[in-house]
Amino acid sequence: MNTAISTTKKRKTNRKANGRWLRAATHIGSLLPLAWLVWRYFQNDLGTDPVRTIILKTGITTLTLLMLSLSVTPLNKLFGWKQLIPLRKPLGLYAFLYVSLHLLTFVWLDYGLNLKFIWDGIAEQPYVIIGFTAYLLLIPLAATSTKWAMRRLGKNWKRLHKLVYLIGALGIFHFYWLGKVHTRAIIYGSVMALLLLTRIKPISQQLVRWRRVLQKRRK
Amino acid sequence: MLIKKRTGIEIPSSEITPQHIYLSRRKFMRGAAAVAGSSLLAACAFGGEEETAVPATAPTSAPSANTPAGSAETAVPGATTDELGDPLNSFEQIVNYNNYYEFTVEKEDVAGLAKGYVTSPWQVEVSGMVNNPQTFDIDDLRAFEQEERIYRLRCVEAWSMVIPWTGFPLSKLLAAVEPTAAAKYVRFETVYDPDNMPGFNKYPWYQWPYIEGLRLDEAMNDLTLMATGLYGQELLPQSGAPIRLVVPWKYGFKSIKSIVKIELTDVMPTSLWMDAAPNEYGFYANVNPEVDHPRWSQATERRIGEFGRRETLMFNGYGEQVASLYDGMDLRANF
Repeated sequence: MNTAISTTKKRKTNRKANGRWLRAATHIGSLLPLAWLVWRYFQNDLGTDPVRTIILKTGITTLTLLMLSLSVTPLNKLFGWKQLIPLRKPLGLYAFLYVSLHLLTFVWLDYGLNLKFIWDGIAEQPYVIIGFTAYLLLIPLAATSTKWAMRRLGKNWKRLHKLVYLIGALGIFHFYWLGKVHTRAIIYGSVMALLLLTRIKPISQQLVRWRRVLQKRRK
Repeated sequence: MLIKKRTGIEIPSSEITPQHIYLSRRKFMRGAAAVAGSSLLAACAFGGEEETAVPATAPTSAPSANTPAGSAETAVPGATTDELGDPLNSFEQIVNYNNYYEFTVEKEDVAGLAKGYVTSPWQVEVSGMVNNPQTFDIDDLRAFEQEERIYRLRCVEAWSMVIPWTGFPLSKLLAAVEPTAAAKYVRFETVYDPDNMPGFNKYPWYQWPYIEGLRLDEAMNDLTLMATGLYGQELLPQSGAPIRLVVPWKYGFKSIKSIVKIELTDVMPTSLWMDAAPNEYGFYANVNPEVDHPRWSQATERRIGEFGRRETLMFNGYGEQVASLYDGMDLRANF
């Protein structure tokens, strides 16, 4: 009896410590691409077309972070990794940071804030419009990422945040449309499709069942 | 041997500037950032003295125009700007940013993959509807009187550079083989070398080898250049060594690299790009700010090395020399 209690305690403290490490790793990992860009900038090593390098790096980082934040819930469902849950929010917010830098680079470094040029670059250009739509949709999600907003919105919060799947799909399409070789976009698309599948009721129920079986076996 | 010839679009050689005077890319980037007053990241550039020591030097302020010919070192032949006054891109920029799918689709990786690619010996077969078909050794082609031409290169991807080529007009080569009266088009072919160029196996969905084509009158235009060098040196493999086409009023992909075969024909050649994406790439591919690519605008372009954009010029600024070739043609239909 006594030993049982102490193991649960141990597990709990372990989990807390793990959680701290995970959170630290998330912050560091999410800031690395930005650090890389800043470092390269000062090394004058952003390549022959620095604007393109920055646009690509910020765009790809956005999609990666978005995918990671989307995979938190399914991973918890499948493996019971509760300690991942608190990472969802920072991952999503970092994705918003990078997509903001992406857009800023587009209008500022690339188009020099020239409104006429920007209009030429956007009007009738479906891939830009799709990317921009994804950005606009992400704004309310970022704005309602606080606990206060969660409480205020109640059930609607969950509904609103389901938009992230649409945003992810638009983002991947935006990336696919522009690329020469679509391998990376297809990988993102497949991951996204898998993640979406886990949100389908019968599938998610099955996942939960599997998890229970696994847990029993471990015991 | 380099023989300089005035072609009207050139800057006199009295404006020769030694290479070291060119602003280094580092200074240039800073300068561009400062001029734009913008650079997102420059905002974090807290007062290192090096940072403040470089004033907002626009690249055009390179001390070129006033350099007397006599005192100039001739490390680089030719001027430092194109005829519109825009500075040349640096050699480093030109040889490190290439679209050459036979190596890779990644522009900044071509140079590394093309390093050491052997382009000697090399022969170019000129055949088809000609009275005098010939196979030229590359040295025969280098024996044509070489000129320097400073051309803008506008990529269909909406970036551009200014490049000092050396080469000779295609018309001179064609004169040597004497096209017959039936010849209407010129078809060009790039080397097919899957053993030494990884792109063929990596991108098997393209209809290799790379094919391009010009109408005979386009080919005969004086601007159309067979380039053998740039910045006074022989071409490097990534730039299309040992000989390539340069058609400055058309999107860059028309300027086919590493040519092994030229054929005069009476049927319009189907280029690799026409085959790959017929709705996106037509036979003419003239630079035209009014006709957008289906996936992006062609109204503006980014000059490599600059922040911000500039307006794309009709026929890439060579309308005076070439617009008459397309009199009465619907350039929207013939994109």
